[in-house]
Amino acid sequence: MINYIWLFMIVAGFIAAALQGRIDLVTLAALKGAKEAVAVCIGLISILVFWLGMMRIAKDAGLLEKLAHLLRPVAKLLFPSVPPDHPAMGYILSNMSANFFGLGNAATPMGLKAMEELQKLNPDPKTATPAMCTLLALNTSGLTLIPTTIIGIRMKHGSVDPTDIIGPTLIATFCATTCAILLDRYYQRREWNR
Amino acid sequence: MYEVISAISKWMLPVLLVFIPLYALIRRVSIYESFVEGAKEGFPTAVQIIPHLVGMMVAVSIFRDSGALQFGLQLLKPVTEWLHIPEEVLPVGLLRPISGTGSLAFVESILRTYGPDSFIGKLASTIQASTDTTLYVITVYFGAVGIKRSLYALKVGLWADLAGFLFSWLICSMVFQ
Repeated sequence: MINYIWLFMIVAGFIAAALQGRIDLVTLAALKGAKEAVAVCIGLISILVFWLGMMRIAKDAGLLEKLAHLLRPVAKLLFPSVPPDHPAMGYILSNMSANFFGLGNAATPMGLKAMEELQKLNPDPKTATPAMCTLLALNTSGLTLIPTTIIGIRMKHGSVDPTDIIGPTLIATFCATTCAILLDRYYQRREWNR
Repeated sequence: MYEVISAISKWMLPVLLVFIPLYALIRRVSIYESFVEGAKEGFPTAVQIIPHLVGMMVAVSIFRDSGALQFGLQLLKPVTEWLHIPEEVLPVGLLRPISGTGSLAFVESILRTYGPDSFIGKLASTIQASTDTTLYVITVYFGAVGIKRSLYALKVGLWADLAGFLFSWLICSMVFQ
């Protein structure tokens, strides 16, 4: 599916630019996109180095196991295929907590560690496992307690009450996450029955 | 309520920063060594992601900047008119799953034009905040461990984005109008 979306975006862009007689837009956009992507990765370096260091301390101290143990019922429900004592569980739960409490940039390193551990359980390293898909479903739907970025932007634009969107956002993101989990379950079952 | 949550969010990082090493030291972990050992993985992980993210963001950028996005919005207009969704927030909803900074730019322009306390301003803020950039998350997470076949993960993410958009609109209409 990702192949089709990728090709679609490029071809649609090409046709749209050609029809406007501004084919140069494609060249400019391609180079700009590549530049932005590398800038994002460079920005990720500092965050990854810092958080992966902290996470290693937490892991060596046994804190991740503690967290996994504490949130066992949640984990068992969401990730039935991962053994509850597996290190992946600790990373998955720290990823979820970081997302929820608005530590957005800590969530990515923890999520990537979780993926690495899940990959160790994967019989076919080129294909995603159901547990990976569930982790992705949780992360793409972005369950968070306070949307700090958008509140900052609303403040910048002189909002009288920049935080009044917190309630609606929380409900909307909760509903979206629930949908994501249900859909994940549905597709998982369908994949299994093939 | 917000003050409490905001305080939790503000204190979270500093507290973790003290708590983790302190706890680890009590458990006799050589903390500095552990930190360096874990931190070593950061650079290769970031480098590993580069090709995946460049590939994806080139396509997104072409789609966004060439005018194809505008064309797509024209096609979707009858649907949103029928649902009475303000057309100004459509680019936010359409871009949100593929480019977080792209949709944020539209949110900013809406806040500038209509004001942050208008219905459209609040709706755009809620749409932006209620979900994460699906394409980015999938590219980075699967890219970092070298997964080629992502099964249904993208489908789930995109459907959930649509749900987030519709729920944002539904809830904002009930609360703010």
